[in-house]
Amino acid sequence: MTIEASIDAGGAASTGIEAGAGSMNKAFFALLRRDLLLAFRRRTELLFPVIFLLVVISLFPLGIGPSPQLLARIAPGVIWIAALLATVISLDGLFRSDFEDGTLEQFVLSGHPLTLIALAKIVAHWLVAGLPLVLLSPLLAIWMNLPLDSLGVMIVTLALGTPILSLIGSIGVGLTISLKRGGQLLSLLVFPLYVPILIIATAAVMAASDGLPYTAFLGLLVAGLITSLTLAPFAAAAALKISLS
Amino acid sequence: MNTNATTMTKIKPRKNWLVMFIHKLGSPPWFYNFSGKLIPWLWATFAALTIWGLYLGLYVAPADYQQGESVRIMYLHVPAAWMSMMIYGLMAVMSFIALVWRIRMMEILMMSSAPIGAAFTIIALASGSLWGRPTWGTYWVWDARLTSELVLLFLYLGVIGLHNAIDEPRKAARAACLLALVGAVNLPIIHYSVKWWNTLHQGSSISLTGGSSIDTSMLWPLLIMAVAAKFYYGANLLTRARIKLLEQDMRKGWVKNVVKEQTS
Repeated sequence: MTIEASIDAGGAASTGIEAGAGSMNKAFFALLRRDLLLAFRRRTELLFPVIFLLVVISLFPLGIGPSPQLLARIAPGVIWIAALLATVISLDGLFRSDFEDGTLEQFVLSGHPLTLIALAKIVAHWLVAGLPLVLLSPLLAIWMNLPLDSLGVMIVTLALGTPILSLIGSIGVGLTISLKRGGQLLSLLVFPLYVPILIIATAAVMAASDGLPYTAFLGLLVAGLITSLTLAPFAAAAALKISLS
Repeated sequence: MNTNATTMTKIKPRKNWLVMFIHKLGSPPWFYNFSGKLIPWLWATFAALTIWGLYLGLYVAPADYQQGESVRIMYLHVPAAWMSMMIYGLMAVMSFIALVWRIRMMEILMMSSAPIGAAFTIIALASGSLWGRPTWGTYWVWDARLTSELVLLFLYLGVIGLHNAIDEPRKAARAACLLALVGAVNLPIIHYSVKWWNTLHQGSSISLTGGSSIDTSMLWPLLIMAVAAKFYYGANLLTRARIKLLEQDMRKGWVKNVVKEQTS
């Protein structure tokens, strides 16, 4: 079963993608399944962003000092910045292997809209790299001495915010994919675009730990998620087309 | 063949002269010649306005009753800050035109604008921090405007970095255009989130301008310097675009003709 599955996964999901006449939904889920399968075939790589996040977070108390109040104060910012860094590190792999072995060109030739293909890959990326960060956040919050009242808000901001990071990041990846050392440039391209998310998400957590209303911030994050979900896949597809030309 | 020619002559005069002019600007040799004639005038106007503006700003205008002589930094700082934003806006418009209609001249103009915009942003940041030292007592404050100006600089550097990283010129320009457009969509969001972040974290910080009540003796040099900065941009932009054009079209016939004309 595993061999069959890996052949299926390696062969650009021959059933769904190349059917052509099949529905767009079918192609979307076939690609999603293939990407998740490929990710779970390389489990160690799957853990890199998570381990990276843990290491970065643990450096802060070492660098700043173990004072619980100070850590609690900077916790939202530190956790969010670490999440940004972890996302950018994992983003480089979003289209890389497909670009290098020519699968991406086959996707373009398959006749399915590139926007849909990009979206499927972004969703897969978030499930593999973003969701673990969300699930890990309670542990990070305890390490950083974040008040337990604001833990729920922290988890919600990460759950709403990390998909935006993957979506906006995919544009940067699409633009840098044809470069040998795209990763370094990628961080320069996407970090300025991440500024609003960082501000709004940390403001929500800080408001919650101060006992202030925070729903407006969450509303802004939802708005950002909807906007980037509708626009970013188109921009990512345009970026990929430029890189493939 | 013959009928074709007659229909062509019939259609031509119907075109608006402005449309024709813009069409012609898309042609590299025509652009090269036209900009060559325009550039000396732009530089001359820039020089005249700058001398006039600096004379009014540094000698005629009085020192501010609160800020003292350091207010004169404003005559450089404010035009630079305005230019940094205007150029990014123009780059977004040029990028849109370049991507939608695939006009190569627009790609060249857009990529020639980026370093000028980045330079204006650096001037605005540096002059602002030099002004901040005597006025605020510190070189850097995480003020909303300073912070969004800094993010703007990062956006400029991203566009320039991406363009320089890709070897093939057309592909590099198209990628940079797309990034500039994405940045332009984000820029208002960044600006307002930073502004709002600042009020959230710092309480009321010092406002950059002392209100809108600026005396005319200070307003005139400021406006003249602002117009001078625009002429500088035009002159610098066209000069850069001409060089880029020559580089890209190195092996084309019209460049060979230009070189022949200039050497003979």
